[in-house]
Amino acid sequence: MNRTERGYRSIKLLKSSLRHVIIYIMAVITFAPFLWMILTSVKDMSDIYQYPPQFLPSEVHLDNYSKVFEAAPFDRYYLNSILVAVTVTLGQIITCSMAAFAFARLQFRGRDTIFYLFLATMMIPFNVTMIPGFLVLHWLGWIDTYSALIVPGLASAFGTFLLRQFFITIPKELEEAAYIDGATKLQVLWKVLMPLAKPALATLAVFTFMGVFNDFIWALIVTNSDEMRTVQLGLAVFRDRYLTQWDLLMAGSVASVLPILIVFFAAQKYFIKGITLSGIKD
Amino acid sequence: MNLVAKYYGSAFGKRLTKRKVVDFLTPFAFLSPSIVIIGLFVLFPVFFSFYLSFQKWNMFSSQSTFVGLENYSRLIADPEFWQVLKNTLIYTVGTVPLNMVVALFVANELNKRIIGKKFLRTLFFAPVVISPVAAAVIWRWLYDPNVGIINYVFDIFGIGSVNWLNDPDAAMIALIIMGVWKTFGINMVLFSAGLQAIPEHYYEAADIDGAGKFSKFWHITIPLLTPTTLFIMIMSMIASLQVFDIVYVLTSGGPLGSTKVLVFQVYEYAFKFFEMGYASAIAYVLFAILFIFTIIQIKLMKVKY
Repeated sequence: MNRTERGYRSIKLLKSSLRHVIIYIMAVITFAPFLWMILTSVKDMSDIYQYPPQFLPSEVHLDNYSKVFEAAPFDRYYLNSILVAVTVTLGQIITCSMAAFAFARLQFRGRDTIFYLFLATMMIPFNVTMIPGFLVLHWLGWIDTYSALIVPGLASAFGTFLLRQFFITIPKELEEAAYIDGATKLQVLWKVLMPLAKPALATLAVFTFMGVFNDFIWALIVTNSDEMRTVQLGLAVFRDRYLTQWDLLMAGSVASVLPILIVFFAAQKYFIKGITLSGIKD
Repeated sequence: MNLVAKYYGSAFGKRLTKRKVVDFLTPFAFLSPSIVIIGLFVLFPVFFSFYLSFQKWNMFSSQSTFVGLENYSRLIADPEFWQVLKNTLIYTVGTVPLNMVVALFVANELNKRIIGKKFLRTLFFAPVVISPVAAAVIWRWLYDPNVGIINYVFDIFGIGSVNWLNDPDAAMIALIIMGVWKTFGINMVLFSAGLQAIPEHYYEAADIDGAGKFSKFWHITIPLLTPTTLFIMIMSMIASLQVFDIVYVLTSGGPLGSTKVLVFQVYEYAFKFFEMGYASAIAYVLFAILFIFTIIQIKLMKVKY
């Protein structure tokens, strides 16, 4: 190795290290709010009001978490959020797969028209439908019930489209064998297509769960009693009540982001896939 | 069964078998749950809010009154509406370019040889998955004027402390910074997909010509990424124009209405003042703006494929 070659290599190494430093600094800045939230959530108020800020708590106060659950019924909020998110997710898997099956596999008049109508509804922004959506629930007498939180989410044009696109890539021969054995259409969908569509279903499930669990505006509009609040709504109300009680607010925030972060770390690829797919959905 | 047979009899010719009826009804059975829900909560609402935008109705009286274009003319004469529209545009214009620059930079870096790529991507994407409400609560703490960490960092660098959420000028900037933090991960993922779709041989050809890194980025990556970039831009604009949750929790539209955005105003008029007609008119103006962007996007997609 001669001198210029060595020089070239060390410049390259330097550049590469610099790149690593920059991107890692950016990552740390991006993630810092999470760390600061977690650290604050176990401090007591005297630590919090230190200036300059003290990074590590002088004593770990896990009791902040129990205080949060005493100050507001977060256990109830949790129950509501999980119940709503799980029901909507399961419901969407059923309704979307059935509709997707009809669009991908059944022959009937007006199929393409109805399909394009489905696609068109994806472009309607939520803020236009929110007032009449609320009115429909009001007329049904469902305001401040689980039905109000669950039923409007039980179908999804995006989910239908996602599964339909997946179903049409599956070779029909697999189903024909099942039909010869006397299976009904519902059985074919359930026993042949669904197991093959697991990656698409996982993407839909993860995406729906995240969307419903994180939803705020719909829960804000259609519920009004404390018993019906979801975690997000509970946290927003909590922040109105404990404006600068940062220990409790951060403990509440940790509690409210934890389920989603766990799902995210466990099933990251489905989140990424969902983003890429929703990006190309049109 | 008989009724069905009578009704649809002609559709099946003379020999109406049970099998044929089942075949005919199956698609509707499969589609009906979706059609009912989407019909009730998306399709009907679109038309009904258009109808409402010509009505005056407080929701408590049994009848609404037709007022023609009054809601729209009131809107045009309302200085608050123009302020809110301006705020929404400032937020959009402030967020989208910054968001895209950060997203493209990170995506491009992660497309190179970097140690711990997956780990880094997870960190950059984490803000996307958490709820806007929790994110805004966290950022209220970061922005705290007295003991917030951001003012502390400003202090270290000798920049005076900023009253982030109580100063009308600073509040919008605070909102934009948080908005970028919360959403650039989405665009990072989309840019990554776009970057990976660029064929390697373009870069190899450029290497033979002795092109530098920057030159390659400028003359190959940027032009070939244009469809992705345009798509991301329109998508981000559509999303930014509809911002609500983070505004509600971070600033509640204040101080002095400096961060009040369109969806916030729709929410206020509909669910605080119960002026369903006027709120629907505002919603429809926003819909019209979004519709233009959606059409552009569809046109772009057609060009792409």
